[in-house]
Amino acid sequence: MRRIYLDHSATTPVHPRVASVVNRYMLADYGNASSVHSFGEAARKALIRAREQVAGLIGAEDREEIIFTSGGTESDNLAIKGAAWYNRKKGKHIVTSAGEHHAVLHACKALKRHGFRITEVGVDSEGRVDPDEVADAIEDDTILVTIMMANNEVGTVQPVAEIAEIARRHEVLFHTDAVQAVGQLDVNVSELGVDMLSISGHKIYGPKGVGALYLRKGTRIRSQQHGGHHERNMRAGTENVAGIAGLGEACALAEEELKFRRSHMIRLRDRLLDGLQESIEGLHINGSRDERLPNNANVSIAGVEGEAMLLGLNAEGIAASSGSACTSETLEASHVLSAMGMKPELAHASVRLTFGRENTEEDVDYVLQVFPGIVSRLRSMSPLDY
Amino acid sequence: MQETKKQTVYLDNSSTTAALKSVRRAMCQAMRDNYANPSSLHRLGMEAERMIEAGRRAAAGLLEAEPEEIYFTSGATEANNIIIRGAAQAYAQRGSHIITSQIEHPSVRLTCRDLQDRGFSVSYLPADERGRVRVDRLREALREDTILCSIMTVNNEVGSIQPLSEIGRELDKKPGPRPLFHTDAVQGVGKVDLPLKEAGIDAMSLSAHKFHGPKGIGVMYLRRGLSVPPLQTGGGQERGLRSGTENTEAIAGMTEAIEWLMQNEEDNRDYLRHLRRRLAELIQQAVPQAVINGAPPGRKHQDVQAPHILNVSVEGIRGEVMVHALEQRGVFASTGAACSTNKRIHSTTLASMPLPQGRIDSAVRLSMSPMNTVDEMKTAAQALKSAAQQLMKG
Repeated sequence: MRRIYLDHSATTPVHPRVASVVNRYMLADYGNASSVHSFGEAARKALIRAREQVAGLIGAEDREEIIFTSGGTESDNLAIKGAAWYNRKKGKHIVTSAGEHHAVLHACKALKRHGFRITEVGVDSEGRVDPDEVADAIEDDTILVTIMMANNEVGTVQPVAEIAEIARRHEVLFHTDAVQAVGQLDVNVSELGVDMLSISGHKIYGPKGVGALYLRKGTRIRSQQHGGHHERNMRAGTENVAGIAGLGEACALAEEELKFRRSHMIRLRDRLLDGLQESIEGLHINGSRDERLPNNANVSIAGVEGEAMLLGLNAEGIAASSGSACTSETLEASHVLSAMGMKPELAHASVRLTFGRENTEEDVDYVLQVFPGIVSRLRSMSPLDY
Repeated sequence: MQETKKQTVYLDNSSTTAALKSVRRAMCQAMRDNYANPSSLHRLGMEAERMIEAGRRAAAGLLEAEPEEIYFTSGATEANNIIIRGAAQAYAQRGSHIITSQIEHPSVRLTCRDLQDRGFSVSYLPADERGRVRVDRLREALREDTILCSIMTVNNEVGSIQPLSEIGRELDKKPGPRPLFHTDAVQGVGKVDLPLKEAGIDAMSLSAHKFHGPKGIGVMYLRRGLSVPPLQTGGGQERGLRSGTENTEAIAGMTEAIEWLMQNEEDNRDYLRHLRRRLAELIQQAVPQAVINGAPPGRKHQDVQAPHILNVSVEGIRGEVMVHALEQRGVFASTGAACSTNKRIHSTTLASMPLPQGRIDSAVRLSMSPMNTVDEMKTAAQALKSAAQQLMKG
């Protein structure tokens, strides 16, 4: 049976070039980057190189603006909690959106228990945040605005540059979770005007367990994990040298391939969405058709449970997801689709297919071939009338 | 002209170790074939989840604990932070006093210091001349409002085994609720017995890269029934205690390292003891003025000294100068912990031990792994001799 992986927003396969870099830093240059001797020196060099590669991909001016973390969740937590605790004397109000990843929403929720106030601006039916609403939400004691660059479930790209400009005008720090955007969109921290930006390795063909936070020079936050003096005192813990070197390589690869990836995935995505719309009645495309991540297709099929659809696809060798992987174990409808005002029955009927660099048109055609059959089988068993 | 390659003798295994071949193989295999997100519902996601659960069972086996008592983190620093900060927050109603020691790793010491800024009071117990925490001082420090006691299993600089069972008994005697007992076992696992049950340990931290596993992965043990609030929130992985996509390939790698550790535990320890004894003898022959910090080799010290660390001082030669001279001779050692060497801070452990200043300034740590050979011990002793001769002259 064919096996087609269409869940790249959950995680990506590690690129062979990345895997060989990871292997090298475990095999030969395995030193602790804090050691004075040459093993340590080799590890430190690896960190510098990786820092430059990450900085290069996102247009950071100085490699010292890159802080390595254990992943996107830690980057988000460090940015939000770090900024909140550092600036708590200035104010205790944070603005975010209802469609953020749980790493952001739950970090904000945790701060609430410490007396911070959180305003979640809404999203429209396409999942977009309105910059004016962000401007209205900013209060005198607002210290941070955090809005993702692209949504992980429906792929909607947010007007981050505009929102960053608003935050800057109000002299409020701006953070963006760019975990899904990096490697697919042009992400340039100077052009976007962001103060902090989160990256995850395993979403861009890098290893799991490694990520980065871009922290604009001069931006002060409070470290969340104490210990040795790693990462300029921002993040204690022996550096995951092999993982970091792998992340650097993945960033270099993303820079090389960005144009190809974008056009390749847009072609596959549109082929799929057009094909599905043609062959399936009662199909909704969730999110925006224009302001959309190149690799994201998210659809709801009236009268079909998303989970059942996933199992049906899985039985045909297609790996997809409903909502984000992190929430797939809960039975609640996606908070993103709910925030978009979608009726629960349609929200429960959503399926996300996310492409990667290795997918082909044949993969799309195979999906288009088996998809309608699964839908009609499920609809025939469904008590729901669509 | 081809340069003859100088022999490399890596004796800095307490900083980090080389990943085993089986570890690298498992990780490459996971990155290639088993790359799915374990939270995904499809078959690939389930295979990734199975890999994590296999790792959890392996770690539980290693600690003779239950799988549900095992949580994966990005390393021991994170595990130490979660437990210490979490316990402080969870038990804040009950009290605000924490006991730790002056010889803890910075991830424990500085986390406690940070809590001091947030209104907690912390007692830092001193160590004796062999680097063991003084239990008599614990008795004095214990208060009714003590909520947490964090003492490492084995000190990372001199290798002294801490009296955890005695400490556990003292904690038992405290009236009212027993403080949460945490141990940073990073340097202890595989090298000494972990008295989890005997000492009544509630929480423990491990790091894979100290036992030939990968960097970026650690284990937190938290006894069944206990819970602390998380530091990192998000997708709710690790039963809500540690959000973030699981580092599946590193878990797969660590699983291999744990299996190796368990299969060879006795042999490894015997062999390390042998290496330490040989190295100490060879150094004493080659450099008679060298003194050992911590306990000397020998069966009677087996319960107080870990077998993989030999900390020596050649008075009159600064530790960092000696480390540099050793490196020129192909021998890789360190002064204190790797985490503090960049800052050129004095070895905090030795500085807090009742030792003469000259001995503290000249301390060098040689840390072994079962991968080292007896021949390498000879090379190291000769390197120490030649370095000492050169430096004494100058």
